[in-house]
Amino acid sequence: MQEEFKGKNQLDVEQLTKEKYKYGFTTDVETDIIEKGLNEDVIRIISAKNEEPDWLLDFRLKAYRHWLTLEVPTWAHLRIPAIDYQGLSYYADPRAKKDGPTSLDEVDPELLKTFNKLGIPLEEQMALSGIAVDAVMDSVSVKTTFKDTLLEKGIIFCSFSDAVKDHPDLVRKYMGSVVGYRDNFYATLNSAVFSDGSFVYIPKGVRCPMELSTYFRINAINTGQFERTLIVAEDDSYVSYLEGCTAPSRDENQLHAAIVEIIVNKNAEVKYSTVQNWYPGDENGKGGVYNFVTKRGLCKGDNSKLSWTQVETGSAITWKYPSCILRGDDSQAEFYSVAVTNNYQQADTGTKMIHLGKNTKSTIISKGISAGRSENSYRGLVKVSANADGARNYSQCDSLLMGDKCGAHTFPYMDIHNDTAVVEHEATTSKISEDQLFYCNQRGISTEEAVGLIVNGYAKEVINKLPMEFAVEAQKLLSISLEGSVG
Amino acid sequence: MLKIKDLHATINGKEILKGINLEVKPGEIHAIMGPNGSGKSTLSNVLVGHPAYVVTKGSVSFKEKDLFAFSPEDRSKEGIFLSFQYPVEIPGVSMVNFMRSAINEHRKYNGLEPLSASAFLKLMREKRSIVDLDVKLANRSVNEGFSGGEKKRNEIFQMAMLQPTLSILDETDSGLDIDALRVVAEGVNKLKSPTNSTIVITHYQRLLDYIKPDVVHVLYNGRIVKTAGPELALELEERGYDWIKAELGE
Repeated sequence: MQEEFKGKNQLDVEQLTKEKYKYGFTTDVETDIIEKGLNEDVIRIISAKNEEPDWLLDFRLKAYRHWLTLEVPTWAHLRIPAIDYQGLSYYADPRAKKDGPTSLDEVDPELLKTFNKLGIPLEEQMALSGIAVDAVMDSVSVKTTFKDTLLEKGIIFCSFSDAVKDHPDLVRKYMGSVVGYRDNFYATLNSAVFSDGSFVYIPKGVRCPMELSTYFRINAINTGQFERTLIVAEDDSYVSYLEGCTAPSRDENQLHAAIVEIIVNKNAEVKYSTVQNWYPGDENGKGGVYNFVTKRGLCKGDNSKLSWTQVETGSAITWKYPSCILRGDDSQAEFYSVAVTNNYQQADTGTKMIHLGKNTKSTIISKGISAGRSENSYRGLVKVSANADGARNYSQCDSLLMGDKCGAHTFPYMDIHNDTAVVEHEATTSKISEDQLFYCNQRGISTEEAVGLIVNGYAKEVINKLPMEFAVEAQKLLSISLEGSVG
Repeated sequence: MLKIKDLHATINGKEILKGINLEVKPGEIHAIMGPNGSGKSTLSNVLVGHPAYVVTKGSVSFKEKDLFAFSPEDRSKEGIFLSFQYPVEIPGVSMVNFMRSAINEHRKYNGLEPLSASAFLKLMREKRSIVDLDVKLANRSVNEGFSGGEKKRNEIFQMAMLQPTLSILDETDSGLDIDALRVVAEGVNKLKSPTNSTIVITHYQRLLDYIKPDVVHVLYNGRIVKTAGPELALELEERGYDWIKAELGE
């Protein structure tokens, strides 16, 4: 599984050969890295490099000062080695020149080669599938495609840093309105040092004609990835957004503390899909990405709708609860999740559905798959406030255990303050039996393939919610991530 | 095409097969009968390579090749099929996906291209009719919610799809009423050819009224103690197994 690679970082080739993680490589592109450590000066440098207005620098500084007062949270069902926040670098700009490229021809060919290795040849994507790609490379957006086509409809899809420059009023209005800078330790950190991300704005009445997509990866050693995504859907609009990530082999852990904020106005709908494949660490639990993400949507307007669909197979530690605040009357939220943990991976993930408006509805389908010596926890909150008449929730949390050395845990919370609420919760725990595997063997299906069939059958309900392009990748990902888990 | 020589096998350290000798030629149907605990299921599981059973002595050649050199899935691809006594359910995996994986694995092994979706569905329709398997069942998850009879019919349906050289029917008649039995037996008979063979493992003569064996063996205490023509089955039906035990001096 050796890809050709060049890297000025020390990578253990032998280790790479043993691993099945096929994205194990780095790019020899000049990275302009700020020295390690975090203090107000570093934040000012980040802000200056991005040419940010004062109000944004203030936002960062407020967050940073608040962060200094906080303690690392320890309530999750996770074992997290202490992170040396002063040992990380908070910025990496891979562009050789100061001004970014404006067309594919101007993009560093090394970078294009990187994208091709990742299996996302930009040219092909542009020509065939019509997906606009906003590639975030190590904290800075390199290019955005189809910007012009979308602009005709008034749709804005650009990097966060570009949005700050070109649409400052919009950014200022919405940024921090769903995830405030005080929300939690990692969100506060992100608010201080966020690198870049995506900005999406769908104007009133517009249906975005294509799936919007983002690919990004962490490259340089010890660089945290702190991106921010902000999606605003005005009244009567629609957008489907895909987020897919890969990251190369690493020895040191990489912190990924992102924020995603989504605002859905009256009668609008946003679909947010994620296929996450960050490096999970090796079979001994060494290395891997820490994925501590705060994702939240606000169903602001009446009859607004938000759905989160995620397939999480990577990261050494996953800690995220894509959530929704159902403020508008008749608003709806859905959360579909498949979370796979293998070897020594850990996951504590789920969702929070906060019912505030009248006749709101939420659906939670969570499928956990544990293998190896991993720990996989679902943690969910269904909260119905006193004024939230007619709230409805359906939750289904299933766990599939493969082997007897892994763990699956469920922590469902229900906080109900209105007695017209109907809240249903179902949970199952199952395992793949040897008899099932042998039955497949006897029909000529290898154990690996049988596991793939069974796991995909189990996760079908969630995979079906993904846009087609992702669904195929997700199915393959499920099988690959469980390779070697049975036998 | 199958030659079993002095086969000994254990499970959990206990020896169940104590020296089986058996030869099956192309086109033949062999019935293996015997009381509970005689080793009938052990024999079928050993032949298909179930990991719980350990072969301690002896050899099996299938189509002139050493059977034990092949993994269970490769034995399947070589052409051995087992109709399980208790077919397991696999929720979430559709019959269609399951069969298509199996068929394409077999085809790949034999150097053939995988079947196109339409060719595959056509094949399914064709073979379903052999055992009268309802289209609704074919669209469900493997064996999920199937009745006992439906599960057995599903086994024969899969057999029809995979077209094995050697089929082993492990107590296929257990749990079936007369009608289901007849449908299953008819299915097996339709698949019979001069180049394939069947080993029918059963307690009762009943199934053998429909699937007429060429040879009948009695398996007792891990050994084949008697081999004769189909009339042996009738004699067992009438007299039970005691007279065999007596013959052996027990």
